[in-house]
Amino acid sequence: MSADLGEHGTTAEGGAPSEGNAAGAVRAVRDAADPAPGQAGPPLPDGATAREHRTPAGGAPAMVDVRSVHKSFGAHEVLRGIDLRVRAGEVAVVLGPSGSGKSTLLRTINHLEKVDSGRISVDGALVGYRRCGDRLYELREREILKQRTRIGFVFQNFHLFPHLTVLDNIVEAPVSALKRPRRQAVAAAERLLARVGLADRAASYPRQLSGGQQQRVAIARALALEPKLLLFDEPTSALDPELVGEVLDVIKDLAHQGTTMIVVTHEIGFAREVADTVVFMDDGRIVEQGSPAEVLDRPRHDRTRAFLSKVL
Amino acid sequence: MSSSTLTPSTPPTEQDRPSAPAPRIVPRRRPGQWAAAVVLLVLLALAIRSVLRNRAFQWDVVAHYFTSTAVLRGLGLTLWLTAVVMALGFALGALLAAMRLSGNPVLRAVSWGYVWLFRSVPILVQLLFWFNIGALYPQILGVRTVNLLGPVTVAVVGLTLHEAAYAAEVVRGGILSVDRGQIEAAQALGLGRWRRSRRIVAPQAMRAIVPPAGNMLIGTLKGTSIVSVIAVQDLLYSAQLVYHRTYQVIPLLMVATLWYVAVTSVLGVGQHYVERHFARGSERR
Ligand SMILES: Nc1ncnc2c1ncn2[C@@H]1O[C@H](COP(=O)(O)OP(=O)(O)OP(=O)(O)O)[C@@H](O)[C@H]1O
Ligand SMILES: [Mg+2]
Repeated sequence: MSADLGEHGTTAEGGAPSEGNAAGAVRAVRDAADPAPGQAGPPLPDGATAREHRTPAGGAPAMVDVRSVHKSFGAHEVLRGIDLRVRAGEVAVVLGPSGSGKSTLLRTINHLEKVDSGRISVDGALVGYRRCGDRLYELREREILKQRTRIGFVFQNFHLFPHLTVLDNIVEAPVSALKRPRRQAVAAAERLLARVGLADRAASYPRQLSGGQQQRVAIARALALEPKLLLFDEPTSALDPELVGEVLDVIKDLAHQGTTMIVVTHEIGFAREVADTVVFMDDGRIVEQGSPAEVLDRPRHDRTRAFLSKVL
Repeated sequence: MSSSTLTPSTPPTEQDRPSAPAPRIVPRRRPGQWAAAVVLLVLLALAIRSVLRNRAFQWDVVAHYFTSTAVLRGLGLTLWLTAVVMALGFALGALLAAMRLSGNPVLRAVSWGYVWLFRSVPILVQLLFWFNIGALYPQILGVRTVNLLGPVTVAVVGLTLHEAAYAAEVVRGGILSVDRGQIEAAQALGLGRWRRSRRIVAPQAMRAIVPPAGNMLIGTLKGTSIVSVIAVQDLLYSAQLVYHRTYQVIPLLMVATLWYVAVTSVLGVGQHYVERHFARGSERR
């Protein structure tokens, strides 16, 4: 029921993410039991200063709202209480050492990975669950798939479908998931290909393209669903150095047009240029978040400093 | 030391002169390979000559029966049986593979148990078992079992159940060969389960399925000859019926063999095109 989903967007627990929040986290079912009613929009993540070129409305609700999310693989707790808010039109860049849980966090946001406790909502709707009274019921697959069409995901290794042409890769989801007429989807795909600079490669197969071209096709494929949110998991890590720029240019372009994005990357220069919020993760926790200037130039935590000294 | 392996006719100074043409590459000679090839070809020619010259093969009898009605009818049944068993076997095998890969432990166990059982029991035993099932269940749903299960039906059932056990493993291997990221990408794009299987997984799995499936097809073609034990008149049994009358054993076995070889060859060519179809997109530029 959508009424239940919408309600969640306005239930804020207030306050910045804190260790106490994480320690006191309960299982997903009970976690939703005590909403604080009547509060307006959620508080801004500390230091989330929006840039002028795409200032969202003052009290805009969070496009992404992650609350005390925990996730373990077996005995290994990979996410230990993550709180993150990204407002519409913002770009959040997530940094952190290998194994800190960045990919896992992104994957929970479109329910490729289920959380153990906590909750995530995108554009006001709980991801993967339906709230009914004091319970969160996992949605049926069909409903989850529908939610995913509003969230674009770009993988480190592209994961283009090798047996389909570039055009068919892009057209597949709009036609089969959104039931768009094929002609309309093809026209839109051609526009997207032009936008990522690959208008002439529609009939190629993915393996006939360079890595940078493949990743740009993957971005076009994600955009074809006109998602409200784009998630990038190290989009340039699998690329030769000279191909990184062409992919980052496409992502920057999207950022300037006001697309809401969460980007996991090790490209500090990119973070400085386009991020509204830089999030530093280590060992399953968000250690520090704030504007690029705050986190990248005046990091408060030793671990952030140690990490930056290695990648800069 | 390395200069001795280069062409000795080239004076070393020529390599250093920029204007000189690039030295021609002369492949290493392989006299051993030539000798082996010649010996083999001679032996092969001798063998063919002796087969053609040997009157005991009775090539005129072979030619006479090669297109006789009885043999052609047997060939037709063999082809029909192969096609039906392959189709049903792979349909059941795909179902078993899906069960084996499902999250449901009961389905997984049942699938595993099926494959274990039907791969363990010799096909001959199975055919005789189904042929004599009437001894265990004289009636099935009020119909006399003997009427329900004629020899051809028994052949189809027995061969299909056997085939499915192997097909299940071939299909499962094919599905497992598809990169997990492909499925995740399809999920992230909101593609439904059925669409993911049909449009994303199946075409990529086929690349790993076709070669062993081609093997199985040819194996099944020849394997159907086992139904002669329950008096189904396939290609081999039809030939046997003739030589039981005429005692021309070798020529009639040659008739059946030549047909098996001919059909296998055609299937091999077909497999080449099927493989090429599913390989699209896999070659660079
Ligand atoms: N499916 C899984 N099963 C078990 N462990 C997993 C699984 N996925 C991730 N992990 C573990 O979770 C931890 C965090 O993984 P994750 O991929 O989120 O890290 P990351 O920050 O993205 O690292 P990287 O920069 O190397 O991509 C790692 O220790 C990893 O081994
Ligand atoms: Mg990662």
